[in-house]
Amino acid sequence: MELAYKHPKSLKSIQTKYCPGCGHGVIHRIIAEVIDEMGLQNKAIITNPVGCSVWADLYFDFDSVQPAHGRTPAASTGIKRMLPDHLVICYQGDGDLAAIGTAEIIHAANRGEKFTTIFVNNAIYGMTGGQMAPTTLVGQHATTAPEGRDPILAGMGYPIRVCELLATLEGTKYLARGAVNNAVNTRKTKNYIRKAFEAQMRGEGFTMVEILSQCPTNWQMTSLESVEWLEKNMIAFYQLGEIKNTLSAPATAQAH
Amino acid sequence: MAEEIRLMKGNEAIGEAAVRAGCRAYFGYPITPQNELTAYMAKHMLAKGRIFIQAESEIAAINMVYGASSTGARAMTSSSSPGVSLKQEGISYLCGADLPAVIVNVARAGPGLGGISPGQGDYFQATRGGGHGDYYTIVLAPKGVQEAADLTYEAFSISEKWRVPVLVLADGLIGQMMEGVVFPEPIDPATLPRKDWAVGHVTEMHRPYNHVTSLNLEPDGLEAANRIRFERYGHIKEELVRYEEIDVDDADIVFVAYGTSARVCHGALEMARAAGMKVGLFRPITLWPFPSARLAGLAERGKRFLCVEMSMGQMVEDVRLAVNGKVPVYFYGRCGGNIPSQEEVFAEVKRLMAL
Ligand SMILES: Cc1ncc(C[n+]2csc(CCOP(=O)(O)OP(=O)(O)O)c2C)c(N)n1
Ligand code: SF4
Ligand SMILES: [Mg+2]
Repeated sequence: MELAYKHPKSLKSIQTKYCPGCGHGVIHRIIAEVIDEMGLQNKAIITNPVGCSVWADLYFDFDSVQPAHGRTPAASTGIKRMLPDHLVICYQGDGDLAAIGTAEIIHAANRGEKFTTIFVNNAIYGMTGGQMAPTTLVGQHATTAPEGRDPILAGMGYPIRVCELLATLEGTKYLARGAVNNAVNTRKTKNYIRKAFEAQMRGEGFTMVEILSQCPTNWQMTSLESVEWLEKNMIAFYQLGEIKNTLSAPATAQAH
Repeated sequence: MAEEIRLMKGNEAIGEAAVRAGCRAYFGYPITPQNELTAYMAKHMLAKGRIFIQAESEIAAINMVYGASSTGARAMTSSSSPGVSLKQEGISYLCGADLPAVIVNVARAGPGLGGISPGQGDYFQATRGGGHGDYYTIVLAPKGVQEAADLTYEAFSISEKWRVPVLVLADGLIGQMMEGVVFPEPIDPATLPRKDWAVGHVTEMHRPYNHVTSLNLEPDGLEAANRIRFERYGHIKEELVRYEEIDVDDADIVFVAYGTSARVCHGALEMARAAGMKVGLFRPITLWPFPSARLAGLAERGKRFLCVEMSMGQMVEDVRLAVNGKVPVYFYGRCGGNIPSQEEVFAEVKRLMAL
């Protein structure tokens, strides 16, 4: 009898260092599933960022490169330009992408670099212990926003909607926002990833899937509370769906 | 077939040498006095179907080099002092991940924005690693256009052999001046072998998956990796040290100078010899590894040294370390973008001869 639901080949079957309820693990799994389904394990290269997913190379079973904090889009540019027929995945957190690496992501997107960014938006700096991120919601607590993010009096600014920010750039071809707080959203997100990877392999231009992701540890919640909080607060601010889709070829991906 | 002699600016000669060395990817950001190099690479790399990107910053450029080098391709960036400061994080990562790369610094005078005239104030940064952590880069210092081309060409293979980034430390004068130059044979990058440590082409390479990283949270693991790298540095010190000596044998005072200041010292040496003074010139070509053993040997023979630099005195510290107090080491420097004249250096040597 054929096994209908099995561990993806592109993901090692070892225990991760992620906290219980963390979104990173789910995201790893759906990336690995798409790579398996596309038969690209031997052509995949991931740049794992400085952040909780810095050890992605322990879990993904394919080539990887670990660049400096925020410089992943620049390193991915160098890799993809040298290996245009490979699948290059630029995995980034919100601190990595939307704070220290803002210049790198904007210019990689604007050049239409043909790799795919997986942007894990957990509205917090996970690895360093819960500091405010550029994506932290107004009023959300962080160690560096002890009274909650206050854009006006404390001058902490407003949360950045990265897909919408990048959508004005002509080099961007596909910008989608998903979430991994429940099975339905996870399936949709996997579909976005597949569309982005397929567009990358066709050489269409810059593709990115932003994924709203739970960080129960630094949100100081249980896993269950964190998926509910994401649903109620993050999705209310960060609209889900395909924010921009100017792919030329007909989308071949189906919801699985 | 003998190659023709071409009259070229140093910056362009460096570019042509890199193209001939099989450089597959160049990433740069505009800064004076190296702009001709970036423009040369734009024209010639794109014409050859290779990769040229004008990056959004020097930080992005060095990280593009990091990515390209991770695939085993010959990759390069160039800049001048303020831009090279921005590259230091990336250079530290390249060293931590044992990736080859060629980085050219057509140095200017600092600190800060400083000026755009030639300087040698980046010696400490170049020879002490420059970024965070325990590491060195190989540093090659040309004295003119021909040597800038030769060292740039060779920098790629040296860097690949040792898996250590190579910094070509020129200065604004060498970048801007024109001299005759004959280039080495072009290498077709397609003929260069794939690297077993690089990412990509897994199936063709029949290898396990590779992970290019400088991360190691286990203190014992990180220490072991650093120790292995330092063993390699030991071999580099044995094999790579290069210098040039002029009239050193009978000299009482030996100039120690590199790059542009060595050219000035050569002029002062000729003035001194014409006046009957026994003066020589010792010119380090590798600034790291530094030719300490040879200098120590000359100190044993009782030579005094006059270190001449376009800085407030940086290489002089390495000279003093090398001679270890055995003989006097004097210093003469100009900075701020000033180049000492051979007359003023000659005057200094006359003063010292009278001591
Ligand atoms: C240059 C530099 N600055 C700061 C850090 C410390 N640092 C490590 S991870 C991180 C934040 C990561 O947050 P994010 O990108 O949101 O990833 P997450 O852990 O939330 O997935 C920071 C600031 C670093 N490693 N390097
Ligand atoms: S700190 Fe947050 S992002 Fe990091 S592993 Fe834990 S839950 Fe995940
Ligand atoms: Mg985060």
